[in-house]
Amino acid sequence: MAPTTPQEPGLSAVPSYEEQQSQSRFDALIGDDSRIEPRDWMPEPYRKTLTRQISQHAHSEIIGMQPEANWITRAPSLKRKSILMAKVQDEAGHGLYLYSAAETLGTERDELNDQLLTGRAKYSSIFNYTARNWADMGAIGWLVDGAAIANQVPLCRASYGPYGRAMVRVCKEESFHQRQGFEILLSLSRGTEKQKQMAQDAINRFYEPSLMMFGPPDDQSPNSAQSMAWKIKRFSNDELRQRFVGMIAEQVKVLGLTLPDENLHFDEEKKQWIHKDLNWDEFMNVIKGNGPANAQRLERRREAHREGAWVREAATAYAAKQEQSEVA
Amino acid sequence: MSQKSNWPLWEVFVRSSRGLSHVHAGSLHAPDKEMALRNARDLYTRRNEGVSLWVVRSTDIITSDPDSKDAFFESPQGKDYRHATYYKASEGVKHL
Ligand SMILES: [Fe+2]
Ligand SMILES: [Fe+2]
Repeated sequence: MAPTTPQEPGLSAVPSYEEQQSQSRFDALIGDDSRIEPRDWMPEPYRKTLTRQISQHAHSEIIGMQPEANWITRAPSLKRKSILMAKVQDEAGHGLYLYSAAETLGTERDELNDQLLTGRAKYSSIFNYTARNWADMGAIGWLVDGAAIANQVPLCRASYGPYGRAMVRVCKEESFHQRQGFEILLSLSRGTEKQKQMAQDAINRFYEPSLMMFGPPDDQSPNSAQSMAWKIKRFSNDELRQRFVGMIAEQVKVLGLTLPDENLHFDEEKKQWIHKDLNWDEFMNVIKGNGPANAQRLERRREAHREGAWVREAATAYAAKQEQSEVA
Repeated sequence: MSQKSNWPLWEVFVRSSRGLSHVHAGSLHAPDKEMALRNARDLYTRRNEGVSLWVVRSTDIITSDPDSKDAFFESPQGKDYRHATYYKASEGVKHL
């Protein structure tokens, strides 16, 4: 008898009895708000969606190191420098936790890495904006990490076990990221008139892009419904954006600064925040690769990977040598 | 474009303090056991999360089959007399 190759579920026209059984077990686990673990059967689209989402999330953490790493050497004090280094180091860790989680779905690390280096993979478009001055470290921590946290907290309950557990770890570590950014802005806002202006200018530039981090409005986000049915996503893009804008609208008052959104207000009747229209054409354009720093970010990532090649080779050679002498 | 490294995968277990057991924290790639241990320290204990680390090659871990879960773990089913709460008659008796 010829060896049977496992058939990819979903490809055959008629699901087998086993497939139907597996599908109903999967549906029951999701229905019970339980978790799916790596060795459980899962529908192929679920696996694909998660692999894409988790790896894109990992790439975002890795690329996201760049705008801030760029300011480490120019931090205004040793304390700020240590803090910024710790934060960037955390983002590297987040990337690694997430790559590990993605790998449990069956795609190897090298393949995921390749997808990023060859430009086949996407990452959060916010990191294609440049960080021009020190105040941007404040705005990034407060607004960009703030939006990331608002997005990530519900992901701790994602239906896929390894993703949820990675997010729990990430969220614990994120808590200081937003605060250190806020405190940078607070110091500037209490400084000279020029420093205050710097802080305001940074907020002006990062406000809209941070609101767009939650993704397109619900009526233009075709895959959201499926993600919510699978309990990967727990809240819609607009719900999360609402929650976030409500929080920063209050927080900005403590800074004595303003959000660049004159008509931002809470509509008591609709029970929702009304914010300015976001420029989704720009968002799509940046995703397509035409943002201020897309090319630079990817090139820097490739360069870092190239520069690390000798380290990887040396480590591999050393490991092989060790193994040989152990055998001998 | 990138050279494949194919470093093996390692599972990381962290003991958070003396007297507690090691708990699975995640996994990582490393070329050998020493690097696996060092990377595990850098990746999973940046905030004093642990006083001890284990790393195990993922391929060395034997797991039970998730699909045969019911049959495999059948034995304790219906044996609630293994729990103290089963013994109702002695409820309320002091120091028992
Ligand atoms: Fe992060
Ligand atoms: Fe962060």
